[in-house]
Amino acid sequence: MKGNEALAEAAIRAGADAYFGYPITPQSEVIEYLMRENPADRTGMQVLQAESEVAAINMIYGAAGCGKKAMTSSSSPGISLKMEGISYIAGAELPCVVVNVVRAGPGLGTIQPSQSDYFQAVKGGGHGDYKMIVLAPATVQESVDYVKLGFELAFKYRNPVMILSDGIIGQMMEKVELFEQQPRSTEEHDWATVGKKPGKDSVIVTSLQLQSEEQEKVNLRLQAKYREMEKNEVLYETHQCEDAEYLFVAFGSCARITRKAMEMARKKGIKVGLIRPQTLYPFPAAAIHKLAKQVKGIMTVEMNAGQMVEDVRLAAQGEAPVEFYGRFGGMIPSPDEIFNAFEQKMIGG
Amino acid sequence: MSESNIINPENLVYDKTSVMTDRVLHYCPGCGHGTAHRMLAEAIDDLGIQGDTIGVAPVGCSVLAYYYFDVDMQQAAHGRAPAVATGIKRTMPEKYVFTYQGDGDLAAIGTAETIHACNRGENILIVFINNGIYGMTGGQMAPTTLEGMKSSTSPRGRDIQSMGNPLKITELVAQLPGTYYVTRHSVHKPANARKAKRALKKALEYQKQNKGTCLVEIVANCPSGWKMTPAQSNQWMEENMFPFYPLGDIKVPSE
Repeated sequence: MKGNEALAEAAIRAGADAYFGYPITPQSEVIEYLMRENPADRTGMQVLQAESEVAAINMIYGAAGCGKKAMTSSSSPGISLKMEGISYIAGAELPCVVVNVVRAGPGLGTIQPSQSDYFQAVKGGGHGDYKMIVLAPATVQESVDYVKLGFELAFKYRNPVMILSDGIIGQMMEKVELFEQQPRSTEEHDWATVGKKPGKDSVIVTSLQLQSEEQEKVNLRLQAKYREMEKNEVLYETHQCEDAEYLFVAFGSCARITRKAMEMARKKGIKVGLIRPQTLYPFPAAAIHKLAKQVKGIMTVEMNAGQMVEDVRLAAQGEAPVEFYGRFGGMIPSPDEIFNAFEQKMIGG
Repeated sequence: MSESNIINPENLVYDKTSVMTDRVLHYCPGCGHGTAHRMLAEAIDDLGIQGDTIGVAPVGCSVLAYYYFDVDMQQAAHGRAPAVATGIKRTMPEKYVFTYQGDGDLAAIGTAETIHACNRGENILIVFINNGIYGMTGGQMAPTTLEGMKSSTSPRGRDIQSMGNPLKITELVAQLPGTYYVTRHSVHKPANARKAKRALKKALEYQKQNKGTCLVEIVANCPSGWKMTPAQSNQWMEENMFPFYPLGDIKVPSE
């Protein structure tokens, strides 16, 4: 299946109650697939093309506030527009899944794939002290699986979850194994607005606290929740790290290319390993720190001007030098150029 | 009759609706919000739909409306209430969904959400409080501020040439095929308040029949923002707001 269409099918199968979105390249196939498939007939899932990304994310807020499984998707410029709503969703502690099929920026940029929204995704993006769980698929299969996982995590923590994909994964065709149809939300949550019950207090979904003391309490509760995520939800994959003397760090589609560069190095007898963070937040800092003690040097490869590399440096804590190689503006690095950059920067050409 | 006799249940002629909580309203003395809240709450009460109603509070003076309506409520980002209400209604179609929004929320920052929710004919009730000023932020110009009307961002009065015209968004949405019932009221006198309540009740009844979007505008006063006493502000509203925003039905069902 095509990556974007697989995301859409995964949303139906994950038991989503609603999808609200606005077309933008390179992810319009998500809503096109849903409209074609008409999941209202299959599962009762509601699909609506909103008047803007701003409206779409606020429709998500409304549905999520009722305890429903709601998903939206967009690409970079559209995600910027959604950031207001995402901040409110994080503040009101509502669950939802947001997919960003990243294209290069800033501004309108280009429709070609990029990883330049890393900071926006993992450092907040919208206003206020909040975090999203950020899942970074490297395959169409992972895109599918992360929709299901995304809803599970979103409801576990009552927190927005972002799937940070990119134009390569969204547009490419790969074989996928689709999971079984999951039920739509059946549970009634005590935090959800579903109509006031007699003798019970009304439910209020809000991110507003007028008193600083109360707002700080909210912030402390959120921070405690984020520490829990950091403890429980870190996902990463390692390749040939056991005997590695050098380490590549890369995520998403870029990790697949970097793995080829790693294999090239191995063929030449250089012991290189690769760690691929699957959750960008929480970040696999402990795993990278451990590997930093083992290796002579680390090279982070990204399709941006160097964003995750900052987290890699923080994780390495000076145990090993951390270099960076990136292509951006929609350019995709080849395994050759990654290997050449590695030789130059790490081995000393 | 002593005071204790008056509050005996058998002597009661008018009771506070249980759809309003006992919290003290934070609104300024003389402000129309309190009465508007009450009319909507009484309409919900009369229809017996308290447990089936979900409200959406805006950003503006009524940002804390969820403290006063004893129904499940969500607080929306500024202007986004119709989108939030869409998300609620689409996934909870059997519930009654209303938004309660001021002029800045509905007719400035939320114009797109308002027009598109109305154009889709979302089965929601939009309650629009129009007092021609931003009360919460301290009296700045609103999209509905009248020509020549002073505010902190139009200190010499609204100048049409540079600041644009007051927006009759209610007449605008009435043009859209998705709206079913669009009407303008006030709550500054008992008779007007009763009419407003009847309109709100009618709108909720139409929602049950899935007729489309209903919008009830309530032209209200803002004594603090207008820098007038409550009585002066009501008089000023009658003399200046009503001629530009005439009370009455704008779009009624054709049946």
